[in-house]
Amino acid sequence: MNSSVFFGWSTIAYFLAMILYIGHLAFKNKPVGSAATAVTMGGFAFQTMALLLRWKEFAEIGNMGILRGVPLTNLYESLIFFVWCLILSYLVIEFKYRTKSFGAFITPIAGLVLAFIDISGMSKNIQPLVPALQSNWLLAHVMMSFIAYAMFAVSFSTGLMYLITATDDRKDPAYIFWTVMVSVFVIVLAAMGFDYLTFKLSIKGQEDLIKSYLFRASFRSSSFGVSAMSFAVAAAFTFAVWRFAGGLKKIINSFDISAEILDEITYKSIAMGFPIFTLGGLIFGAIWADQAWGKYWTWDPKETWSLITWFFYAFYLHSRLMRGWKGKKVAMVAVIGFVAVIFTYLGVNLLLSGLHSYGSE
Amino acid sequence: MENDKKPVPTPKNLTDRIWDLFASVKLAVVIFSFIALTSIVGTILEQNAEPEKNIKILVKMFHVSHDTAHSVYGVLERLGFSDMYHAWWFVSLLLLFAANLIICSLDRLPRVWKLVREPIRPMSADLIEKTSIKRSIALKGKPAQAKELVQAALREIGFKPKEAAAEEAAGTQLYAETGNYSRLGVYITHLSILVILAGAIIGLFFGFNAFLNLPEGETSSVAYKDRGKEIPLGFDLRCDNFEVAYYNDSDMPKAYKSWLSVYKNGKKVKEQTIVVNDPLTFEGITFYQSSFGLVPNGQDRGIIILRVKSAAGQSQDIQAKVGDTFTIPGTAVQGRIADFSPALSLDQAGKPFTYDEHLKNPAVFIEFSGTGQTTTGWILKRYPQTWNLPSGDRVEFLDYWGIEYTGMQVRKDPGVGIVYLGCIIMAVGLFMSFFMSHRRIWVSVSEDKGGSKIIVGASAHRNRASFEHKVDKLVAILSAGPKGGNK
Repeated sequence: MNSSVFFGWSTIAYFLAMILYIGHLAFKNKPVGSAATAVTMGGFAFQTMALLLRWKEFAEIGNMGILRGVPLTNLYESLIFFVWCLILSYLVIEFKYRTKSFGAFITPIAGLVLAFIDISGMSKNIQPLVPALQSNWLLAHVMMSFIAYAMFAVSFSTGLMYLITATDDRKDPAYIFWTVMVSVFVIVLAAMGFDYLTFKLSIKGQEDLIKSYLFRASFRSSSFGVSAMSFAVAAAFTFAVWRFAGGLKKIINSFDISAEILDEITYKSIAMGFPIFTLGGLIFGAIWADQAWGKYWTWDPKETWSLITWFFYAFYLHSRLMRGWKGKKVAMVAVIGFVAVIFTYLGVNLLLSGLHSYGSE
Repeated sequence: MENDKKPVPTPKNLTDRIWDLFASVKLAVVIFSFIALTSIVGTILEQNAEPEKNIKILVKMFHVSHDTAHSVYGVLERLGFSDMYHAWWFVSLLLLFAANLIICSLDRLPRVWKLVREPIRPMSADLIEKTSIKRSIALKGKPAQAKELVQAALREIGFKPKEAAAEEAAGTQLYAETGNYSRLGVYITHLSILVILAGAIIGLFFGFNAFLNLPEGETSSVAYKDRGKEIPLGFDLRCDNFEVAYYNDSDMPKAYKSWLSVYKNGKKVKEQTIVVNDPLTFEGITFYQSSFGLVPNGQDRGIIILRVKSAAGQSQDIQAKVGDTFTIPGTAVQGRIADFSPALSLDQAGKPFTYDEHLKNPAVFIEFSGTGQTTTGWILKRYPQTWNLPSGDRVEFLDYWGIEYTGMQVRKDPGVGIVYLGCIIMAVGLFMSFFMSHRRIWVSVSEDKGGSKIIVGASAHRNRASFEHKVDKLVAILSAGPKGGNK
């Protein structure tokens, strides 16, 4: 049996879990909740199996040995591993805090990522390791970076949920912040969806789709009318979210989860993610770069963006621990921090050029 | 603090104000933001690139006309953004950041140091009531017996208890702390950043970054910096051979390999094969495999190296060029190298053609004669199955040597050890800051209704929940009593 079969099953399981978690949230039905957890765990088991199998297949193809032949070398593999880390963190939180409310927020992220893999048609093929990646540092560097990214993803969703529960007043900067943030996310995803729908398949792969076609169907359209229209729709949508988002608060308030716990989980995931990111992402990355390129720091876009991300979370920790900021202010920092993470992870590779060029193949 | 003793605050002088400014988190945030914002510009513009390239990037990103992009780029270039990480203002920002880090740590360290040095003291009963983790239990044994039990239990959960007579009531108090120094973790982390910066500065002043393109068979005693400036190595480096290995039948590179030799005063002192991720270091200078290519106009440099074996087992190594002839040892068979292709492939009609100028699939076309009939064929370096001749003789194509060069990064950096040390310090500092906590526990033991009353108070400055589990474990041990149950 090969890994793709198990990946397929885990994808189905996560989608099913998403529906169950949302159902649980809506109907407060206990068996539905238990089923959601069971399905998530099943999906997680399948995915673990799939990852191990792919690891084995990968190591065999490159004839590299298990420690070097780590299947974390292209966008597809890294996204899969990210989902795995995210689900693992979620399960830990579910058991530790005894709440299922989060499932309805985390499983859709997993589902979206998996769907993105499928519709973007990115290559799922196993490709042997290029010489630059043949190093023992690959495992530690990439794996720890992604564990940290998953932690930051958790802090992002809890931070956002915190903001939603903690703000009422439409004039409150924190309220404006989160409504605009949610709008921007939805708008960007929608605009990318349009790109995908209108994108002519004659232009090569998904790399070209994003690299040369991003927002061409909307904001950057060659027709002024379409472009102006897109901005108008985006503005109107943002306004609508700002005006009517109070309803979301009611939904989240009906969760069995308090604002304090949200704040605590946000802090704890950053307090775990930050040292892991520093050690695995920055330090191990620097040591590896030193061995491969003879420079431990080159101000390559990926490195620079990691540093910017690191600054954000360092700021979060300092403002919380030194100045005693709590609640809304730091929650906003946590949310922005994850935007920097997304850019470090995806934006740099898809939009900028540099040495960290996975996915360019 | 008592107010009457405090002197009236005098107006601060300039030094104090500058100190306060640098000790503030606000300045840190401002510097952070500037570094981050300018870095973003630096990641969009390609550094040290041709102006035209960046102008194109600007046109693409912002949908502006070429002229606008040109003038915007002009402004950015004058501000130093084309090589911004080495621009004076960016380096100044980094130094400001270091100064900020030093001063804000120095500003707070003495206070924290004093706290850390202060040993834990016994605590009064009403203060124990105020600790964040509280438990109380009644034991049946006498206080003296209970005390021993508590001591043992505290040791079991990892504390070394001290003892004091309780202040108010009769009885004793046991108290202990761990992770006292974890509060210094943040300062150790700050220190590590400074150590890393110091290592970077040492590297900047006493090291160099250069490159060296060395053709197969050639020797160099210098490397080259960006503008062709020569840097003497202090020894000679020879490239004995260079080769790209591929995955199976594909053109996907598996390894770039250079065979290097180091000569000092004409004597070979070191020999090593380098690949990406595995460099050669000699006398503090490190050579990293980074690129390769063909020597310009180097066609006449190339030597075909063959190992010719007769069916009877006689073997001979041959170096030849296109047009040369060789004999298979012990036979009358003669081979003439009629053609060479660096990358041979077959087109749809089965006709051979060269698909690349690089040595992706080197092949020689040999005409054999001398046994009456003439046979011809392509012999491919990557495919040993083409090496066997129908006659039982064998021609092994070992290498096409002399026209490739290996491109190496050459680096000397005496600061890199300090940078690594800084990294280790950072790991330690982060571990102390995030995974250790200062935990204190007070247990008072007093007589109560013939048995003993135990009151536990505890606190942790981080991760209270996990300490609470430990305290619960202590309580469980106490309730279980001495070995064999509580009686």
